[in-house]
Amino acid sequence: MVPEHILSWMIFCPLIGAGLILFVPKRYPTLMKVIALLATVPPLWWAANLYVSFDRWDNGFQYVEKVPWIEAFNIHYFLGIDGISIPMILLTALLTFICVIASWNINEHVRGYFILFLLLDTSMVGVFSALDFFLFYVFWELMLLPMYFLIGVWGGPKKEYAAIKFFLFTLVGSVFMLVVMLVFYFGSVEPATGLHSFDLTILADQSVHQSFLRNHTIRWLCYLGLFIGFAIKIPLVPFHTWLPDAHVEAPTAISVILAGVLLKMGTYGLLRISYPLLPDMAVAFALYAALFGLVSIIYGALCAMAQQDMKKLIAYSSISHMGFVMLGMSVFSNTTAINGAVLQMFNHGTVTAMLFLLVGVIYDRAHHRDIDGFGGLAKTMPIYAGYTGLAFFAALGLPGLSSFISEALVLVGSFQQYKIITITATTGIILTAGYFLWTMQRVFLGPLNKKYAELPEISLREAFTLTPLALIVILLGFYPMPVLDLIGTTLKHTVAMVVG
Amino acid sequence: MTGIPENFIRSNLQGIPFVGPEIILTGAIIILLIVGVILPYWRYRRMFTVLALLGLIGSLLPLWKLPTPQPDLTYLSGLFVWDWLTFFFKLFFVVAGGFVILLTQGSSEIDNVEYSECTVLVLAVTMGMMLLVAATDLLMIFLAFETMGILSYLLVGMRAGDVRSGEAALKYVLYGAFTSGTMLFGFSLLFGLAGTTDLLEIGRQVVAASQNPQDKILLIVAVLFFLAGLLFKTASFPFHFWCPDVYEGAPTPITAFLSVGPKAAGFALFIRLFYPLFTTGGEGGMYEAVSGLDWPSILALVSALTMTLGNLAAIHQNNLKRLLAYSSIAHAGYLLMGIVALSDFGLRAVVFYLVVYLFMNLGAFAVVTLVASGGGSEEIDSYRGLGSRAPYLCVAMAVFLFSLIGLPPFAGFVGKVYLFAAVIYKKIYWLAVVAALNTVVSLYYYLRVVKAMFLERPTEASQVQVSLGSQALLLALLFPTLGLGIYWQPLAKVVSGMF
Repeated sequence: MVPEHILSWMIFCPLIGAGLILFVPKRYPTLMKVIALLATVPPLWWAANLYVSFDRWDNGFQYVEKVPWIEAFNIHYFLGIDGISIPMILLTALLTFICVIASWNINEHVRGYFILFLLLDTSMVGVFSALDFFLFYVFWELMLLPMYFLIGVWGGPKKEYAAIKFFLFTLVGSVFMLVVMLVFYFGSVEPATGLHSFDLTILADQSVHQSFLRNHTIRWLCYLGLFIGFAIKIPLVPFHTWLPDAHVEAPTAISVILAGVLLKMGTYGLLRISYPLLPDMAVAFALYAALFGLVSIIYGALCAMAQQDMKKLIAYSSISHMGFVMLGMSVFSNTTAINGAVLQMFNHGTVTAMLFLLVGVIYDRAHHRDIDGFGGLAKTMPIYAGYTGLAFFAALGLPGLSSFISEALVLVGSFQQYKIITITATTGIILTAGYFLWTMQRVFLGPLNKKYAELPEISLREAFTLTPLALIVILLGFYPMPVLDLIGTTLKHTVAMVVG
Repeated sequence: MTGIPENFIRSNLQGIPFVGPEIILTGAIIILLIVGVILPYWRYRRMFTVLALLGLIGSLLPLWKLPTPQPDLTYLSGLFVWDWLTFFFKLFFVVAGGFVILLTQGSSEIDNVEYSECTVLVLAVTMGMMLLVAATDLLMIFLAFETMGILSYLLVGMRAGDVRSGEAALKYVLYGAFTSGTMLFGFSLLFGLAGTTDLLEIGRQVVAASQNPQDKILLIVAVLFFLAGLLFKTASFPFHFWCPDVYEGAPTPITAFLSVGPKAAGFALFIRLFYPLFTTGGEGGMYEAVSGLDWPSILALVSALTMTLGNLAAIHQNNLKRLLAYSSIAHAGYLLMGIVALSDFGLRAVVFYLVVYLFMNLGAFAVVTLVASGGGSEEIDSYRGLGSRAPYLCVAMAVFLFSLIGLPPFAGFVGKVYLFAAVIYKKIYWLAVVAALNTVVSLYYYLRVVKAMFLERPTEASQVQVSLGSQALLLALLFPTLGLGIYWQPLAKVVSGMF
């Protein structure tokens, strides 16, 4: 059922699609779109297979592939997934499929758009399955190029600014990561071969670290370097300023990918790299990380409340929601919080994807996203209002919808370790409810804005992109075990290792 | 190593095959000169290209016939050494010369009247560089250094009647004369100290002299004077001022040549001069500076300043050739990191980076040449919206620029990883962090070009025509730029064998 080299297939299937699109004559843009869609279907199918066959009780890596890549540096093409990666891989497979459909109305430079989009897909799956630090870094950086062009060419009025800001911010983070990566490479010796290593499973073994890598200052600086790199991606306040710009300018599908998948790379990186490699520093830094999370929750929510632009509102709400992930991940006294954090990563992916898709729908019709520019839309677009209502309620953490469970788990878990921080973070939920309900009221309720009396209802294609996400949001709201089952064993192991 | 009983080749006659490449190149130069006089040279552009390329390829033939390079295999009375460094850089310069000839062929900046001289000069500079990397004798080093230098001044000023080209040449000459004079003075100090011009012998004497306080001052002065010549050739701080003006004024293919050829020769000379003369050790691939001569610290500082200045100055350039000139200054700074690292690993990093740099930098200049020849100019403004007018050129340019930034999956990334690794291995963390931040700065100005090409609207609609030959040339440069980024094990093996 699961083919051999399934992870490689998932990574390179989109790339094959991109290669095919290169040879489609210019006069067949629809054919290019169809190829792009077909290139994302097999990964979705394989992801479903992975979901079924993944061994929930194994705390090691599964579906491992390891081949030497560059012997001179002892670099391996080393893939494998555990409970932390698999929800992200499922999310990526689902969202890329949905985003190709959501990109159907792209009519400018169609070839370039879909080639870059598929390249982005390749790099994302690569990041979530790489187990060699070097390979991880290559995929991590590879994602920047397509993203720069996707925002810069197909974006809104200030696209150049947003694109370069995104690129510069992320690159600052990743060059620090590069330096830390090399310090770890030279600071560790693989016992079996006596060579330096990029292998994350080996680097996680603290006994391979050489004396200078046991130096407290070096470890501290290394942790800080990695943390800044990942914090920019998450993004935590005060490293967040690139995100609202990037979101506002990016086309709808790219916003979805950005918020749905790319932000998770930051928290994923912490779990995959920082925690295993520097567990002692992770514990030492936990309180600061929790504070970063708290500030992001509150600051993000307050900023969101002040926005007029719907996309900016969602961007700030993302910062706020990712703050919960950070808070949950900085608790090591129990596994509840970290389970909630990873579940929140998945839930935020689906909910924000819905939110951005919904904003895209209204923007395609009204050509603006000004919250005060609408009013009474529930009358003209009742189905659309229904979807939006669901997404908004999910985002503000209504019981019965997915985000409630993950945020509740985070708060319950973190309360045992950080009482005051957790209590303060809870106000973030109130603020979130405030701005989402207020937005709801201004856009959908009240007197109908005459200008938009004739707006067409949500189309079948748009509904098709939203429905699977809506179903997941509802299902996970009642029964989160499908995801919690996947992640539980690995996270238990992670926490034990960090504390241990 | 069959048939040669010992490493020192006593008879100069036996040594002649080792200078085969230079002899063949000289032959090619003479033929080109004669043909240029007899035939109406302004009509036969293509013929000169073919002859020059034949000369370059011919010069490689003796390389395969010679014995395996060895670290101490000297020839012609010990003037030259036949080691892997010599072998490798001879190949390197031939490849660089070949690409430049092809680039010149398609350039509209050099007209047919000047073309025959241009090919002659490119070959002659190549020959000078070949001699330079093989030389192990101060006198020979200086001769080769000047052969390369003086002929490249000529190349820069080749466009008769062009004021900018003349100005550039004059600046280059004045600066060059000053710095090589200074270097020669450094040579004379060492000669006075050791009484010989042979590098290995001097090296032994330097270690002894460093114990003596009076001689030590002499040595310090000599090191500083050496640095003047070498930092000038590699366009490093504080001898970089000539670089932007010369690069802007020279015809673009010649600029491309200067930015890879003499720069690489300068770094080869760093390895040739500084390691035997001013380091000790070598066991386990680590060296130490001769006690009391802390040139690595000076160079580390120079490296940091060079890359920072180069990158900061590049931000404000609107002329692409000036921008690339500053970028090449910055790259000299990156390359110095490998020299500073005082290890075989660092030297490998330098050589590896030079190979990568050869392809990506020539590539970027090739695109500049083609755009200028296709009706555009060298200003960034004329690259606006070029992505839709000349997609192939612009995608190639983007690849070269991303590689220059050092982003995966391009070769520049691997080269940078090598250099970063070298300084981190030596535990000079501050330099690694400076270089890392510089990468971010450089992203900004390289992206200005990418932005102009792809993110902005074209000002005119006409397509830029690129001939099939030029496309093939670009492809030949693109292939290694991409290929070495994805799988560089073969090159890694080659450079590991060198040191």
